[in-house]
Amino acid sequence: MNAIVVGCGRVGSSVARRLAREGWQVTAVDETEAALTRLGEDWSGGFVVGHGMDLKVLRAAGIEEADAVIVATDGDNTNIVVAQVAQRQFEVPRVVVRLLDPNRADFYEARGLNVVCPTKTAIETLTDAVLGERTPV
Amino acid sequence: MFAIVAGGGKVGSTVARTLLKRGREVTLIEQRLDRYERLEQEFEHQVQLGDATELPVLERGGIARPADIVIAVTGDDEDNLVIGQLAKEKYGVERVIARVNDPRNQPHFDLLGIRQTVSATQMVLGLIEHEVPEHELVHLLELRKENLEIVEVEVDAGSPCAGRRVEELSLPESTRLISVMRNGKAEIAVGNTKLEPGDQVLAILEPGREDELKRLLLRT
Repeated sequence: MNAIVVGCGRVGSSVARRLAREGWQVTAVDETEAALTRLGEDWSGGFVVGHGMDLKVLRAAGIEEADAVIVATDGDNTNIVVAQVAQRQFEVPRVVVRLLDPNRADFYEARGLNVVCPTKTAIETLTDAVLGERTPV
Repeated sequence: MFAIVAGGGKVGSTVARTLLKRGREVTLIEQRLDRYERLEQEFEHQVQLGDATELPVLERGGIARPADIVIAVTGDDEDNLVIGQLAKEKYGVERVIARVNDPRNQPHFDLLGIRQTVSATQMVLGLIEHEVPEHELVHLLELRKENLEIVEVEVDAGSPCAGRRVEELSLPESTRLISVMRNGKAEIAVGNTKLEPGDQVLAILEPGREDELKRLLLRT
């Protein structure tokens, strides 16, 4: 199975490494070459330097054959655009996108994007922790 | 008419100023504090501080009334795209115009349903092509909503149309000649206008008809 991880920060790089450990062919995309170091010295997957909105970069990363795309750059709006391009233009079967803003997360989730919103998770976990309904993770 | 202008740079502030001068109601949204403070001196309560891709900011600006038009002219294409999508699909704004900063992002605007776009870079490119001699066919203006474009072609010496009148030409479908420029003087192209080598011809056509027009006006 092939996966592309767009945005190789703390979250993206960890997802990339875990998928690779599970036997996936993973290509990470990031604007800065320095992000490669986050993948570790033993990284044997692909790495493309460039912006996720650049179609050339996405194609170089192999989006046309990708089974999954994970979008987790530090910009919500970039993520929204990249995820929709992956889903609508390249018809990647599984697209997951990280959005920090709960409002945009709700809107784009309702429009068919598979959104993960850590802010919403944090709000729920913290509130539940105070109310004693769940122990903090 | 009530307009929301997202992005208070040179483009956004000029658009807002022009609309206000014409008696329209405007909310200008700018996210950088230093810029906002400068704009506030001129626009007072008509400029708001905030990130126009955030729903509460758009709502504070009055988008849910809904606005008659949203003009997304920030310096970031991804922001303009999201503002456009939110305006159209969440708030039912009928007219959305977005600025494309990097022409390479144009396909994303098309894909995501933001049909009306303006790109200064693309326009400058067209103007430069226009000024460079020995060009073939120059795209001068794209009318995206109408699905038409205006192009300029220079009649080639060996072209099949040289020395012939406009009414004698078999122009491609959905194509009309607008004007003919010769020795620095332009004339509206009518039936008996004769085409000569070196004439600069403006034509309006459906995108995709360029090759047929080139076959007619350039050397075959």
